[in-house]
Amino acid sequence: MTEKIRLATIWLDGCSGCHMSFLDIDQRMLELAEKVEIVYSPLVDAKEFPENVDITLVEGALGTDEDIQKIKKIRENTRLLVAFGDCAVTANIPSMRNPFGADATLKKVYLEHESLNQQIPSEGVPALLPQALPLHQMVKVDLFVPGCPPSADTIFYTLSELIEGRVPDLTTLSRFGA
Amino acid sequence: MNSNPVVRSFTIDGIQVSAAEGETILEVARQNDIEIPTLCNLEGISSTGQCRLCMVEVKGTNRLIPSCATVAEEGMEIVTSNERIDKYRRMIVELLFAERNHICAVCVANGHCDLQAMAQKLGVTHIEFDYLHPSFQVDASHPKYEVDHNRCILCGRCVRVCDEIEGAHTRDFRNRGINTLVITDFATPWGESQTCTSCGKCVHVCPTGALAEKGKSVAEMQKRRQFLPYLVMRREGAK
Repeated sequence: MTEKIRLATIWLDGCSGCHMSFLDIDQRMLELAEKVEIVYSPLVDAKEFPENVDITLVEGALGTDEDIQKIKKIRENTRLLVAFGDCAVTANIPSMRNPFGADATLKKVYLEHESLNQQIPSEGVPALLPQALPLHQMVKVDLFVPGCPPSADTIFYTLSELIEGRVPDLTTLSRFGA
Repeated sequence: MNSNPVVRSFTIDGIQVSAAEGETILEVARQNDIEIPTLCNLEGISSTGQCRLCMVEVKGTNRLIPSCATVAEEGMEIVTSNERIDKYRRMIVELLFAERNHICAVCVANGHCDLQAMAQKLGVTHIEFDYLHPSFQVDASHPKYEVDHNRCILCGRCVRVCDEIEGAHTRDFRNRGINTLVITDFATPWGESQTCTSCGKCVHVCPTGALAEKGKSVAEMQKRRQFLPYLVMRREGAK
């Protein structure tokens, strides 16, 4: 038996919608499980991002200093890094704060729009970056899968092609915003 | 009727084609089902060559020319697509995305947007340039329509349709370069415009979600452009 492909998935500054869409591949998950081992994911129990990962699907933009640390670690330990969905590809919804900056956004949300207990959270949460960034502004990205979220079919096709060692052609399957 | 029309023979991508006097390369390409991508051009209103997506190569010069604004000449050899042209086209689309805040997922025109479709068609899967994230305003002062300048690509279709078809010339450009803004009247709020007839032609020729009908939510703003060839036909028929 050949060794299974080591797959990781993670979400950073995203809504988990791309992961939901991933789960929507339904019974095809079993097909996938024959070929891959999920070594790190919100769906499994690993706490630390492992070494020697073949494919990592990264959902979400880079929104905090913690995201930067994570994406660097992912890059170091991943052969094929996939920007998974619009937030990872374009910074998408998280980037809607970018014209205003982090401080103005925090003030608006936690002080102006809050009637009780007005305070900007500072303990136990990572610091917001001045701007939310797409992954490729920080690390090299090997494949871009746009979509908000990419459809289950697109995700399954993408993974199937990558597992077979091919680069999927997504031009007809996915676009920004869908 | 011109009893002796001058016909220009030339080639597009190696295909022998012919143009009547004054016809542009783009017009002839369309007549022959040869696709040249455009964002600012629209049949029925004038060509301004603003978006530069329709740039093509002409044998004998290294300079790319806009096919929408170039009249076909005898013996031209046109190439509509190759590695160089395609690269520039992708770059143009990427720059449009980087210049303003095009967030397809929350846009009224999601799924009905020419810019979004063009990105997909040209294989633009991400934007290499740094996003500028400028802060542009939304003008929702008009009772029926709204403009979100964050989604404007400055193609000028709305300006031209308002001037050439509706005859109101409510809209025009202000400022220059990336600070260019499409304004109504003398940069007065749209709802206070003295010249706007509220016809909505601008909204429907707009390639993106920059101009939209009020009350439309994400992905609900379908553009209906059937009126344009009809109005042009009626007008030409009256000549």
